[in-house]
Amino acid sequence: MNVAFTVEELNFKNAVRAFLEAEFPADIRAKIDGRFRLDKEDYVRWQKILYRKGWAAPNWPVEYGGTGWTAIQKYIFAEEMARVGAPEPVAFGIKMVAPVIFTYGSEEQRQRFLPDILASNVWWCQGYSEPNAGSDLAALKTSAVLDGDHYIVNGTKTWNTLGQYADWIFCLVRTDSTAKKQEGITFLLIDMKTPGIKLSPIYLIDGHPEVNEVHFDNVRVPVENRIGEENQGWTYAKVLLTHERTNIAGVPRSKIRLEKLKAIAANTPDGQGGVMLSDPVFAKKIAEAEIQILALEYAELRTLAAVSVGKAPGPESSILKIVGTETAQYLDELTMELAAWHSLPFVPEQFESGFAGEVVGSDGAAATALHYFNNRKLSIFGGSNEIQRNIISKAVLGL
Amino acid sequence: MDFSYSEEQQMLQDSVSKFVQRHYGFDVRKEILASPRGFSAENWQLFAKLGWLTVPFKIEDDGFGGFATDLMVIMEEFGKAMVVEPFVASAVLGGGLISELGSAQQKSAWLPQLMSGSLQLACALAEPDSRYNLASVTTTAVVQGDSFIVDGSKILVLNGPDADQLLVSVRTAGADRDIHGISVLLVDANSPGVRKHSYTNVDGHRAAEITLTRVKVPAERLLGAVDAAYAGLERMVDRATLAVCAEAVGALDSLLAKTVEYSKTRKQFGVAIGSFQALQHRMADMFIECQLARSIVMMAAMQLDSDAPDADKMRAVSAAKSRVGKANRKVGQEAVQLHGGIGITDELDVGHLFKRVTAIETLYGNTDFHTARFARQQGAICE
Repeated sequence: MNVAFTVEELNFKNAVRAFLEAEFPADIRAKIDGRFRLDKEDYVRWQKILYRKGWAAPNWPVEYGGTGWTAIQKYIFAEEMARVGAPEPVAFGIKMVAPVIFTYGSEEQRQRFLPDILASNVWWCQGYSEPNAGSDLAALKTSAVLDGDHYIVNGTKTWNTLGQYADWIFCLVRTDSTAKKQEGITFLLIDMKTPGIKLSPIYLIDGHPEVNEVHFDNVRVPVENRIGEENQGWTYAKVLLTHERTNIAGVPRSKIRLEKLKAIAANTPDGQGGVMLSDPVFAKKIAEAEIQILALEYAELRTLAAVSVGKAPGPESSILKIVGTETAQYLDELTMELAAWHSLPFVPEQFESGFAGEVVGSDGAAATALHYFNNRKLSIFGGSNEIQRNIISKAVLGL
Repeated sequence: MDFSYSEEQQMLQDSVSKFVQRHYGFDVRKEILASPRGFSAENWQLFAKLGWLTVPFKIEDDGFGGFATDLMVIMEEFGKAMVVEPFVASAVLGGGLISELGSAQQKSAWLPQLMSGSLQLACALAEPDSRYNLASVTTTAVVQGDSFIVDGSKILVLNGPDADQLLVSVRTAGADRDIHGISVLLVDANSPGVRKHSYTNVDGHRAAEITLTRVKVPAERLLGAVDAAYAGLERMVDRATLAVCAEAVGALDSLLAKTVEYSKTRKQFGVAIGSFQALQHRMADMFIECQLARSIVMMAAMQLDSDAPDADKMRAVSAAKSRVGKANRKVGQEAVQLHGGIGITDELDVGHLFKRVTAIETLYGNTDFHTARFARQQGAICE
């Protein structure tokens, strides 16, 4: 057993660090440090910088513009990105639809879509969940009926993240309502500018319309936008969900957040003449969080080691999703507790770019409760943590 | 032993319960929050008319009796519907401080106005670096002739935007965190040098950051004796703490009821999600939390109404706040999780109940603060 990096890996780490120090834009870094919300432009600008370096898509095969990195290198890259606070690429294009396109799409589709995803010229969003198909995703009802060389799509998708920015949406639609529910589903790529698509924003309790309902009213989608075979969409989507679950533990980000939390605690008066970092109860909570992150890190490294000798991530990756999200949520709780009274003001507008009014509180403390509220989503989306526990029960424990 | 409500308490509960059922639907609350004052002046007048504003005050102040158990009855009903009228900030804490610290003359000058609904109060106690320590007061009041000159900054002044008068904790002697040397001044909110920055909290309640710069306050606006306000301040903040704990009990019951109801109607995999044993057990645990929260709040309310020593009362309130805080965290998170995505949308009441119980965790000292305060206090809970 050995977890030390090799000389090559250490050299790689230094190269990544040097690049990020030089190229990660200071204004975006300042926004993240001040707990500002990033705009579409921030994500795209940063992603394009990575693209120019050739690092936009670590998980893609080299032939489509991937990096060819080992699993360990990807981990190092994620860790260094987290260290400077650099945002992950918005998942829907690079992490989610692209693997489906390069695995199951036609050569024509690969050439048509992958370059623009890699270069962040096109913003993708997801059309999976429906009002009555959440955890039971296969119950989806949005229909696609073939009419000549087009599908006619009707129905409603929900929990569509940042669709207001999107150019394209990938959707699961029902093409056979007589088959077993998993067997009548097709995977379609739809241009958001197609007539008949309407977005209704859904405001969350942090005050932001982060998600939407997407309504399809007789939307005509060319057959050539179908991935693979008709009625095989569920199989493709399952592959996509495995990709969604890589790096979901978020260990590098949690480690950095914990360091930040300690730094803030070292400067937060405890009201008794000391600081919160020396408060025994709070210090114990920080220590517990740190221990949990260590355990999670080694659980993730074990998965990584298995992947790097060619094994596919198995249902054990559900552990990473559950513990990773719950750890991130716990860090939100601690950050909010640290802010005490300062966590209470509801002033989401002051964390938007260009806010010019008088600020309530300082150091972004008023964003801490908003982040806590928003991140309750972590244990709900990407296959809820209940679904993940079902996977462990069935696929790992054989219950 | 008897945990049942008296006839009077039963009537009080009926009347508050009818009010929230008839006049405080979620959509009505939304409209109230969107109005300029952020609460309903009409409701406030109704509270006065129904006598609820007299509940925090003793008989000798022409109040209803000032019993914590009565407050508990009102607050629990308020909690179910997330009532945002500043009952705690203005009446329980603001009026409470006048009743606790004020001279006979001050009480007769202010309390009748408060009880009749024509006066709004706010308490400016917390400071940017005070955390939850009421003795961490750096706002100064220096005697100049027959006035005090007040300088300092206060945060999270609940009902600050609307208050006519501010009860401000000030340092008149000693160093920061000395419990001796703290006084409370009744400052006219329109005094020159008072600057308010108003905003809304995560739970919809209005608050303000208040800066006082060379504010001249006449000496007769000192509440009670100089330098000696701390004990009374702590007693009244404890009363407000008990009030928001009782409010949480109502809010937690709402969260549980809505979650159970949702689990019976929401279908996935062809069945109601409430039929899954994994979720049933979690709702059973939520129920246990609700019951423990209710029980400990009753304990603390009865303790406050007893003639137990102050230390025992403090310990009881801290026990309640600590245990209710844990319940708030657990039940709030589980209600959201069991609802799924809809639980964190602005359109559903569940997310707002979650935000209110989360805010209550912080108000007047969070779970860790009160657990430590409980441990520090000597004395028994009950004999």
